Amino acid sequence: MNATSMTVAETIQWDRPVRGRVAMFGLIAAEAAIFSIFVVAYLFYIGKSLTGPMPKDVLSVPIFYTICLLSSSLTIHLAVSALRRKGVRGFAVWWFATIALGIAFLYGTATEWHRLIYNDGLTISTNLFGTTYYSLVGLHGFHVVVGLIALSIVMALTLLGNVRAEHAERVDVLSLYWHFVDAVWVVVFTVVYVIGR
Amino acid sequence: MKRSTLQKALLIASSMVSHAFAEPMAFASPTNIFAPVSTPAKSIFGLSMFVLAVTAAIFVVVFTLLAYSVVKFRKRADDDGREPPQVYGSNQVEIAWTVIPVLVVLTLLVATARVIADVQNAARPDNAIEVTAIGHQFWWEFRYPALGVATANELHVPVSDGNHPTPTFIKLLSADTDHSFWVPRLAGKTDLIPNHPNSMWIDPHETGVYLGQCAQYCGTQHAKMLLSIYVQSREDFERWIREQREPAVVADTVSEGRRVFETTACINCHSVAGTMATGRFGPDLTHLMSRETIAAGAALNTPENLRLWIRNPDAIKPGSLMPAMQLNDRDLDALTAYLETLR
Amino acid sequence: MSSDSIALPRAEAASRPLVDALHGWVTTVDHKRLGILYILYALIFLVIGGIEAGIMRIQLMHAHNDFVSPQVFNRMFTMHGTTMIFFVAMPLVFGFANYLIPLMIGARDMAFPRLNAFSFWLTAFGGFLLYFSLVGANGLYGAGNAPDVGWFAYAPLTSRTFSVGHSTDFWTLGLLVSGFGSIGTAINILTTILCMRCPGMSLGKMPLLAWLNLVMSGMVILAISPLTAAQAMLLVDRYLGGHFFDTQAGGSAVVWMHFFWIFGHPEVYVLAIPAFAFASEIIPVFSRKAIFGYPVMVAATICIGFIGMSVWAHHMFTVGMSSSANTFFVLSTMAIAVPTGIKIFNWLATMWGGKIEFKTPMLFCVAFLFQFLVAGLTGIMLGAAPFDWQLSNSYFVVAHFHYVIVGGILFTIFGAFYYWFPKMSGKMCNETLGKLHFWLFFIGFHLTFDFMHIPGMLGMPRRIYTYEPGRGWDVWNLIVTIGVFFQALGTVIFVTNLLWSYFKGKAAGSDPWDAWTLEWSTLSPPPAYNFASIPVVKSRRPLWDLKHPNDPDWKYE
Repeated sequence: MNATSMTVAETIQWDRPVRGRVAMFGLIAAEAAIFSIFVVAYLFYIGKSLTGPMPKDVLSVPIFYTICLLSSSLTIHLAVSALRRKGVRGFAVWWFATIALGIAFLYGTATEWHRLIYNDGLTISTNLFGTTYYSLVGLHGFHVVVGLIALSIVMALTLLGNVRAEHAERVDVLSLYWHFVDAVWVVVFTVVYVIGR
Repeated sequence: MKRSTLQKALLIASSMVSHAFAEPMAFASPTNIFAPVSTPAKSIFGLSMFVLAVTAAIFVVVFTLLAYSVVKFRKRADDDGREPPQVYGSNQVEIAWTVIPVLVVLTLLVATARVIADVQNAARPDNAIEVTAIGHQFWWEFRYPALGVATANELHVPVSDGNHPTPTFIKLLSADTDHSFWVPRLAGKTDLIPNHPNSMWIDPHETGVYLGQCAQYCGTQHAKMLLSIYVQSREDFERWIREQREPAVVADTVSEGRRVFETTACINCHSVAGTMATGRFGPDLTHLMSRETIAAGAALNTPENLRLWIRNPDAIKPGSLMPAMQLNDRDLDALTAYLETLR
Repeated sequence: MSSDSIALPRAEAASRPLVDALHGWVTTVDHKRLGILYILYALIFLVIGGIEAGIMRIQLMHAHNDFVSPQVFNRMFTMHGTTMIFFVAMPLVFGFANYLIPLMIGARDMAFPRLNAFSFWLTAFGGFLLYFSLVGANGLYGAGNAPDVGWFAYAPLTSRTFSVGHSTDFWTLGLLVSGFGSIGTAINILTTILCMRCPGMSLGKMPLLAWLNLVMSGMVILAISPLTAAQAMLLVDRYLGGHFFDTQAGGSAVVWMHFFWIFGHPEVYVLAIPAFAFASEIIPVFSRKAIFGYPVMVAATICIGFIGMSVWAHHMFTVGMSSSANTFFVLSTMAIAVPTGIKIFNWLATMWGGKIEFKTPMLFCVAFLFQFLVAGLTGIMLGAAPFDWQLSNSYFVVAHFHYVIVGGILFTIFGAFYYWFPKMSGKMCNETLGKLHFWLFFIGFHLTFDFMHIPGMLGMPRRIYTYEPGRGWDVWNLIVTIGVFFQALGTVIFVTNLLWSYFKGKAAGSDPWDAWTLEWSTLSPPPAYNFASIPVVKSRRPLWDLKHPNDPDWKYE
């Protein structure tokens, strides 16, 4: 309920922000605070592992999968724009592309972790690097998974014909979450693969 | 009437407080932070007096305003029922009571910063005594690396003369969890944190025994991790060092007890210099009898207590990490007799 | 605002089976009912937390007492602190916020009613989970597996090595779950205030309670999250072999302290700022004057919010930070005294020139002013780091923070109970019992917490289950314990008053205090839809404008 028109006293112009958007910014702020703590821990513990594989020995920069994830921000933006212009089909296509790019990113994380665990012997309990790396990248990956679940639900609803142009605002609010997840990846990428190596 | 009950209550409260303050004996305490005998504690004392004076002045001013307004602006019985003049604010007043507190804060900050620097960044003279304190659950390990001495729970330091100071610098480590070294009359407390070495210093100006205890919750028996600092004259301190450096006394009369000691699990945790016992988990026992208490101050060092401690530590300090040594009475007697010779 | 002319259908008066009524409460999404649920939940835990305190005080009455074992005592102080902060103070703050904010801003409910309910039940479940630890494993004798690591759970005491069994996990998981509830409620409050104010109520015209809860919500969002993160890291250490706080593997115990206190210090402002909000509503009404300096009060609160995020390491002055780091935190800690002091002065100025009526809500708020002044001053003492090197981790600190939380926050919460009980229930509280509650509690509070400063200054550390005779601590501990009985008696009178008044109190009407904010314009208790029609306001005190049509506020603001 965000009606700005009142039945009483039309002399007052009464504009207030949209509830869903404000709440999403609140959620993003809370999540940003959580991620900040994991980032601080990662930065603090760089170079402090007593044993085990070091970042530069085992990490390889995931350029391709990063491009996938960051492109998904573009595709979701295109999806929302399409829906605003009442193009439900265009929306569905770009929305699907977003999901596909997100899944590709997760696939990349999964293969990287598989290699790290089975080839390089790096697990969360190996050393400080392992603990902080899997925690930070894992926390981000978890948020990607949650985002993909939400996006998939919307995908299903779209295919069932329940998503129309009037839902553009709500979909835009959801896309804010997705943009946040991508922004976090920019920070995580910088901290883990650039600064930490 | 409400006015007199409020005033009466305040009077009762303040007379209780002043009664207590009137008798100095009520505040007699071996761990009184306002009875410093060492430079760090004295610096803190000076700062604390200044801070107390400033806060007391603020209290008097604001409390007076509060008490005055509560009395003067109460609704009278013969009130005419009209609302008083509505005052919404005043910029001048707001500025005044912003600027003055800012000045007070800056003054306090400058005074505080100076003492922080004095205590934390004090130079270490060459003749300083160096001690390493290692916190354990629930006892204190003290080592004098340059002097080759290892002891527990009771720290000996030389008195420091104001003209030729001989401070003691203590490096603070921990073998397990967090602890804190607090002997109020000598210095503020500093924590012992594993993997995070800290450092503090004391330079007591008067001989005597100064008490303290662990001040960071470290587990079940945090309450009984007591400290005693023996501040001695230079000669007494050096004699103590010499005695502590001696290897353990070897008395033939207690060979049975020594055998029990060396063949039971005792040597896994304890050291006795000159023997095969080199354990570091528990206190060094080489000069056990030179200490006045056992179990980090939980009991006096008497033969009965020692025997009880070995047989059933939970009777003295439940939850300590000393296990009950399952010994029969004969072995227990012999062992106690042996330990009694370790002067 | 002619809500008195609405004939309310008496459907609620028809008797319904108990199950129906309970079902209504359990499934409610109405902010008023959820507010009351939060408050009742908190009251139950207030009594439980008080019993835990009583057990500790009896044990500490004299040296070498053996009322409880060290293991039980250590569980008591851990549970007492954790309960009081997370399952008494936070729910009280959220409960009153939930109840009052929509009414005071002219809305029909919170922005997200279902999220509201979900957040309440998360908080409630967190508390049950924490207390389940008492009956888990060993059962009640020996106090089960209740956590015994202190409410701030320092590493490495919380590692698997030093904390065997699951007691620490009950602490971690209970708070993790209720933390999500807190973040949900904070987002809800933030959104409600920003998006649902009635027409004419710009941000500069909303009641101070709304402003202060807005700042509080922002702080919850930024401060609870670090605790959530740190607890997740602790779980990684305990269950996945992680090394975040594993000092044997190069991890740092100090990092836990930083993360905890980045949460822990703003948390006390999360509790204090709504307490300021209650005082800011009650003091003007009982002084018969508008709050003095509304814009400055808002600005000061926002300053407190910001500065409060930068003072955390004053809890760590003894851990061996550099002298520059220590000095920085002295600066920020002292700085926060400025906006806080400004608020005290503004409350005093509100009373100045007024016509003060000492009904029970005002008694509690005047005591709050006195006690919060003292608490702030002992806070300044603790902020002078070298002085803190003596006083930290001693009973002086325990006295200081209880002075803030009990003497400051709980007193205003008592005031809020007496002030808004008529609105919530439609009945007035018994004024005689209220005054009796006040005086008993006031005497007990001062006996306990004034004298508690002294053993701290005489070297008594905190969290000790017993102490040596001959340290000079005995007589003070005895006096401290005696005060507990007065406070307990006062609390019994309080609960009795609430119950008695609910059933037998005088009818309150919509506006028993002749107050000025929107909640007093509707029925007591308000109907489910709050207002017959959404109000339109022109000033900060819409009811003053109605009652004084020749002298409305909007001419002067």
